[in-house]
Amino acid sequence: MADNLPSEFDVIVIGTGLPESIIAAACSRSGQRVLHVDSRSYYGGNWASFSFSGLLSWLKEHQENSDIVNECPAWQEKIHENEEAIALSRTDKTIQHVEVFCYACQDLHEDVEEAGALQKNHASVTSVNCTEAADSACLPVEDESLRTTSCEIPAEQTPSSDPERALEVNDVQVTGEKENCCDDNTCVPSTAEKETSENVPVAEDTAEQPKKNRITYSQIIKEGRRFNIDLVSKLLYSRGLLIDLLIKSNVSRYAEFKNITRILAFREGRVKQVPCSRADVFNSKQLTMVEKRMLMKFLTFCMEYEEHPDEYKAYEEITFSEYLKTQKLTPNLQYFVLHSMAMTSETGSSTIDGLKATKNFLHSLGRYGNTPFLFPLYGQGELPQCFCRCKAIIDQYGQRIISKHFLVEDSYLSENTCAHVQYRQISRAILITDRSVLKTDSDQQISILTVPAEEPGTFAVRVIELCSSTMTCMKGSYLVHLTCTSSKTAREDLEPVVQKLFTPYTETEIENEEIEKPRLLWGLYFNMRDSSDVNRNTYNDLPSNVYVCSGPDCALGNDNAVKQAEALFQQICPNEDFCPPPPNPEDIILDGDSLQPEASESSALPEASSETPKESSNLRNPEEPSK
Amino acid sequence: MPLPLSGVKTSEEQAEAKRLEREQKLKLYQAATQTVFQKRQAGELDESVLELTSQILGANPDFATLWNCRREVLQQLEMALALAELGFLESCLRVNPKSYGTWHHRCWLLSRLPEPNWARELELCARFLEVDERNFHCWDYRRFVAAQAAVPPAEELAFTDSLITRNFSNYSSWHYRSCLLPQLHPQPDSGPQGRLPEDVLLKELELVQNAFFTDPNDQSAWFYHRWLLGRADPQDALRCLHVSRDEACLTVSFSRPLLVGSGMETLLLMVDESPLAVEWRTPEGRNRPSHIWLCDLPATSLNDQLPQHTFRVIWTAGDAQKECVLLKGRQEGWCRDSATDEQLFRCELSVEKSTVLQSELESCKELQELEPENKWCLLTIILLMRALDPLQYEKETLQYFQTLKAVDPMRAAYLDDLRSKFLLENSVLKMEYAEVRVLHLGHKDLTVLCHLEQLLLVTHLDLSHNRLRALPPALAALRCLEVLQANDNAIESLDGVTNLPRLQELILCNNRLQQPAVLQPLTSCPRLTLLNLQGNPLCQAEGSSEHLAELLPSVSSILT
Repeated sequence: MADNLPSEFDVIVIGTGLPESIIAAACSRSGQRVLHVDSRSYYGGNWASFSFSGLLSWLKEHQENSDIVNECPAWQEKIHENEEAIALSRTDKTIQHVEVFCYACQDLHEDVEEAGALQKNHASVTSVNCTEAADSACLPVEDESLRTTSCEIPAEQTPSSDPERALEVNDVQVTGEKENCCDDNTCVPSTAEKETSENVPVAEDTAEQPKKNRITYSQIIKEGRRFNIDLVSKLLYSRGLLIDLLIKSNVSRYAEFKNITRILAFREGRVKQVPCSRADVFNSKQLTMVEKRMLMKFLTFCMEYEEHPDEYKAYEEITFSEYLKTQKLTPNLQYFVLHSMAMTSETGSSTIDGLKATKNFLHSLGRYGNTPFLFPLYGQGELPQCFCRCKAIIDQYGQRIISKHFLVEDSYLSENTCAHVQYRQISRAILITDRSVLKTDSDQQISILTVPAEEPGTFAVRVIELCSSTMTCMKGSYLVHLTCTSSKTAREDLEPVVQKLFTPYTETEIENEEIEKPRLLWGLYFNMRDSSDVNRNTYNDLPSNVYVCSGPDCALGNDNAVKQAEALFQQICPNEDFCPPPPNPEDIILDGDSLQPEASESSALPEASSETPKESSNLRNPEEPSK
Repeated sequence: MPLPLSGVKTSEEQAEAKRLEREQKLKLYQAATQTVFQKRQAGELDESVLELTSQILGANPDFATLWNCRREVLQQLEMALALAELGFLESCLRVNPKSYGTWHHRCWLLSRLPEPNWARELELCARFLEVDERNFHCWDYRRFVAAQAAVPPAEELAFTDSLITRNFSNYSSWHYRSCLLPQLHPQPDSGPQGRLPEDVLLKELELVQNAFFTDPNDQSAWFYHRWLLGRADPQDALRCLHVSRDEACLTVSFSRPLLVGSGMETLLLMVDESPLAVEWRTPEGRNRPSHIWLCDLPATSLNDQLPQHTFRVIWTAGDAQKECVLLKGRQEGWCRDSATDEQLFRCELSVEKSTVLQSELESCKELQELEPENKWCLLTIILLMRALDPLQYEKETLQYFQTLKAVDPMRAAYLDDLRSKFLLENSVLKMEYAEVRVLHLGHKDLTVLCHLEQLLLVTHLDLSHNRLRALPPALAALRCLEVLQANDNAIESLDGVTNLPRLQELILCNNRLQQPAVLQPLTSCPRLTLLNLQGNPLCQAEGSSEHLAELLPSVSSILT
């Protein structure tokens, strides 16, 4: 790798979250010289996915009150006289109210060993203002952990230093965490503390044969690499902007997806499957014949509601839930449409909004399977990386680099810059459980469940349950993500739902094999800052060539990130095509020699025909059109 | 390291490169084809032919002649290369999974392999059907494989289950069920074949109802529903036997058109328990499959010396027979199955269990309320009503016909004909309940005449005020007809008014008979004495009366 970076770039992008990565890829596709940097040791910022140990390290980082001393920065001498520095924050202040619970059985001798070593059960991150700085035109790359990536065309000719591999090296140190689990059915919440992996015996399971299907904490640690735990929990709408972008830009070649297998609803204290596709309705055992017809009829109408204004015009003033009551739908069906398809609240949205949301849901249905959603194998954190995939990676710092455009993710901005910004918060919970919330023949189900808000002022909770074939959790376990807009701390917002759906893992209950609810093995709550609707003008003193990207939003889809990326890209590169496909390798004319680039697979991306459900789709499989 | 590059080809350059590539391809293709044909002509059927054809077929698997070449080569080489051929076929199927030639070649190959791996073939089918569950080529091949490998029907049924679960809009899958279910649930030998036990039937009905409630516009489910309710082919039967002393003639009517020949399929006549050799013919005199066959009887078989004569007819091919008696002093004798106790007309649907039909009718009516304009639902309601009680539901049925015609104007003529058929069936039923031989079909908006073979004994037929355009050849079955009224129709031809031995009066006012020549068939009706043609175009012509008198000298009264 080059010893020195060029001293001048067209665009510098700070942060490797989804919008930043898209913009970096788009700019480089448009022929801009892009320097893409991230001060973290992992890709994605708050869009990242972690192995279990990686998550524990991340937790540790956010639980420690790191006291970074204001050193006299060496970068100051690189600032020219007529330049003004903008300080960047050195620590991440976007994560708060982190709480970790462990319910899984710890090995006995560990308990003995660690008895009494209880930790504080609540940890919040105190932000320390840090003094990274950048001048409007000049970026000193200085942090010792700064990792830079630079873009080059063509994508195909990157050297073998696979960014993913490089990244995974960071994950190798498995830090075992100790949590205490009491045997008296009450779980004492405990937080992760500095414990080294040597203390966690990675014993072979020979002695555990009789309890084979009971997952212990040490097994989770041991199989930690099987986990890919997303900080944000999102899905891709099959016809959402992100899928379109992945296909258009041919970035889809770097990712593989699985269809969400079912949509669930929580009604009358029970989890039920929501029939949403034609095949679901046909196969549903819980709907009566007449309900099947009513539902299909209503959904068909929603698909083209704009063409039948007389059917809804009279109801424009009322809420969607009131409107549904006027339709020929049983309460059961009204609930499904409102909460699981439109995914709106009782009071929250108008008839038009509801119809639009339902249409959006249905529009994505059937493109790749019987639900509208796709999930990227190995986690949502794969997506920013896919857009970063075509770059070289170098570790470097201490260099003065000049650029015209400077794009920074919100979390990098210092407290001074953000002094007047009002942020919303996202409440998140991440759970590891031992079985699905709704048992079926197949244990490999990927489900999304919406639990409506119970009290006014609170928000519906989105539950996404991932099975092990999504490559995000160990075999025999499920990874459950809960997300809602915060009204209080994550735990206060989400714990009621967790209690409804799950039961803590305890020794006594294990005898009762008929137990219905999945058991919690491990859980984590935290709040994440939602900077998605921050107006740029509320930031203090930003020069016009500094653009701000928001962190993840609370919505299910990724449209916000794509829209934002496209809008910012248009500001940086007006009138340029946004993320065009890379040139066909055959069409690249190389300098001088006869060296032919390897022919790549066809870049054609035919759509999946609606009649062809796919187990695992990489968005590229040409489909057989049906007669 | 990234390679240095000096640019990307323009779209014109790309197009040019593509064009050259295509040209090159065509050259190779044509050259290879020519070589193969030359070698084939010269009888050089060696491995090079396999190689050349595989180049072409690999790109275009729909070249039937080349597949033939390959078969010739493979036969010569005694199948030594069969395993490689299997792999090659798979690559061709990936190019075109709906290539007739490729699938056929695979059938050919597999049936010649000494130890075919059927499990692998089933797996192949499953994979192709996963990509496209409606690929009927593959379904065909799967049925072939399942038959060769003797896969239990239950397993294949489970396979169709899984595909229907995924997408019920699948004719092949439903069709396969209709083949498998009768195999899985064979009926006792005596019973009608093709019917399912009630519990199985109810399960299938529920499944198919799920489909049409989910999407009432999907035809595949309705077709399967029709199959479930439809009857298997009835066994051949003799419906009616009629002997007339005057005409010295015996007439039989079959349940379906049959050809009475001289070989195995012969019709034996026993008169007073002794066989009688007779010549069978159809009423219209053509030697074609017909419902009606008749023969002349010798005077000895009809004489009045005995108190009665017994006529027995045996259909040897179908193991059916019928017997009737002609009593002394009677002009005629007959024996027939009554439409009232045999379900002669319910051939649209056959399920006897009226409870099943009743509940099907109720669900369809429920669906119809939700989908008032669904033609499949309307049609099914009509069929169910007919199967349940054609007379009781007559009025309701006619209303449904009206709705159906309004929502499906493209099939108005078909629906008119169907309606005519049902009304005619109802009229026959009413006539038989009344135990008369007079059939009133006036003012019924009929567009077509059917079931005429059922009317062998009718003496008076009124067809006035309908929309008939012809008196069709099948009318010749009405061997006893004496009076035929067909006023106020749109009749243009009279082909069926032929060889009617007893016809005396024919009333055809206000029709569209254009030329005297259309009356030609009437010359074969010996007893015709009254013919009313008033209000027909042919009456306008000058000298028409004379012309008619000349054509029909035996008709004493012709009104024009």
